[in-house]
Amino acid sequence: MLQAIFFSLFVRPFLTFFVGLRIAGAENLPKTDPFVMIANHTSHLDALTLLSLFPLSRLRNVRPCAAADYFESTKMVSWVSHTFLNILGIRRTNITRETHPVFLMKACLSRGESLILFPEGTRGSGEEISSFKTGIAHLIEEAPGIQILPVFLKNLNRSLPKGEFIPIPVFCDVRIGAPMTVQGSRQKIVRSLEEAVKALAEG
Amino acid sequence: MIELTPVHKVGLGVLGLLLISSAGTALLMKAKPGSDFSELSSRIRAWWVMAGVFFGAIFAGRIASLVLLALMSFWALKEYLTLLKTRRADHRALVWAFLSIPIQYYWAGSLWYGMFIIFIPVYMSLWLPMRLVLAGEAKGFLASAAEIQWGVMAFVFGLSHLGYLIGMPAVGSLNANGQSLLLFLVFITEMSDVFQFVWGKTLGKHKIIPTVSPNKTWEGLVGGITSVGICGVFLRFLTPFSAVESFIVAASIAIVGFFGGATMSAIKRDFGVKDFGSIIPGHGGMLDRVDSLCYAAPVFFHYVYYVHY
Repeated sequence: MLQAIFFSLFVRPFLTFFVGLRIAGAENLPKTDPFVMIANHTSHLDALTLLSLFPLSRLRNVRPCAAADYFESTKMVSWVSHTFLNILGIRRTNITRETHPVFLMKACLSRGESLILFPEGTRGSGEEISSFKTGIAHLIEEAPGIQILPVFLKNLNRSLPKGEFIPIPVFCDVRIGAPMTVQGSRQKIVRSLEEAVKALAEG
Repeated sequence: MIELTPVHKVGLGVLGLLLISSAGTALLMKAKPGSDFSELSSRIRAWWVMAGVFFGAIFAGRIASLVLLALMSFWALKEYLTLLKTRRADHRALVWAFLSIPIQYYWAGSLWYGMFIIFIPVYMSLWLPMRLVLAGEAKGFLASAAEIQWGVMAFVFGLSHLGYLIGMPAVGSLNANGQSLLLFLVFITEMSDVFQFVWGKTLGKHKIIPTVSPNKTWEGLVGGITSVGICGVFLRFLTPFSAVESFIVAASIAIVGFFGGATMSAIKRDFGVKDFGSIIPGHGGMLDRVDSLCYAAPVFFHYVYYVHY
């Protein structure tokens, strides 16, 4: 409820009128969950932008995966991340069987929740897409046949780069690719996902 | 009998022109069912919307007009900035560039002439490069400083002259005031674009600057200047001008507006794009529509300010 209010009153007007999103490929958005959306990562605006692509009624069903050491660092931060972004906290250290990222993500998918993943693992400068981490391949091995939706985000790093807190208005592109399924070795999976996002970057 | 103000008269005139254009397009479509008039009709529909928003803001009052003009600056600057190859180090300076919009329109709205006229050309032009220096990145510094300052000058300082103009008091004992002068300027500038386009399409042969703007021809320019000169004479009830003066001022607006359009064309060529954006169907971006105004507004304003106030 709070998330829906936050998105309709602040996030969407901000992204539409201040930033100015130009969305291509909206018809590729799956109508049903679960799926895994992957995108390049350059800005704190990325997760907000990707979530804003969905109708308010589906917001609670789409969960951005976010580093627990950052987005759950304090009680306050954690409350904000969960209430307004509905994140799935991913631990990068002190991992046990129950807190293993792949285990948690798979649990979400089997509950019918979709995920947003930034396979580069961290925000980049926006100049080029870094190589993807292999976590996504582990997840696909655990959930074979899951729909992957590649997305390329352009210019969001110019609106709000890493290390800045005041966004500037600059038109940003969201390019949504066709849903795909991948299989094969981990290396092959990672490579084909990288290629899918890079292909959107060039088109 | 209701007394019509000059602003009402122009509003009715514009309404008439739009009705004639729409009816004319509809007749053309009937007469030549095979041809494609979709661009023409989407352009005219966009004119309806633009005229509606513009007159809506004028009738809603000065604050509404200032907000609309500030939003025009905002959108134009955003379109320009999107095309720039800005560096990571430019971020804070760009925040200031956008912050200059409300500040500059505040000076314009409060008719604080001194601040209005020096804030961007003096203070912002000193501060923006300094802010870039503080970011500590020398490579590409001069290009960034020049590009940002140019954008702020053209789209914030240039367009904000419309905001100052609208608040100017009545001239002597005449009907003309800032509001009617603004209407004169905007109407003549936009009509000059339309006339230059129409004359260029029908008679245009000799290109002026083919490498930058292949659609601009001498025939279009001369036709446009003469046509709006005549319009200016008929619209002089909006101004303190004599008939001859109206002709000269309107013709000058056409010439300066041409410079504005040509300059923005050069920028588009430089960036390799056709339009600055897509907010106005059939016209392109905000900048594709206000390009002439960015140049015409300051020149017209200072003429009126020094000669008639």
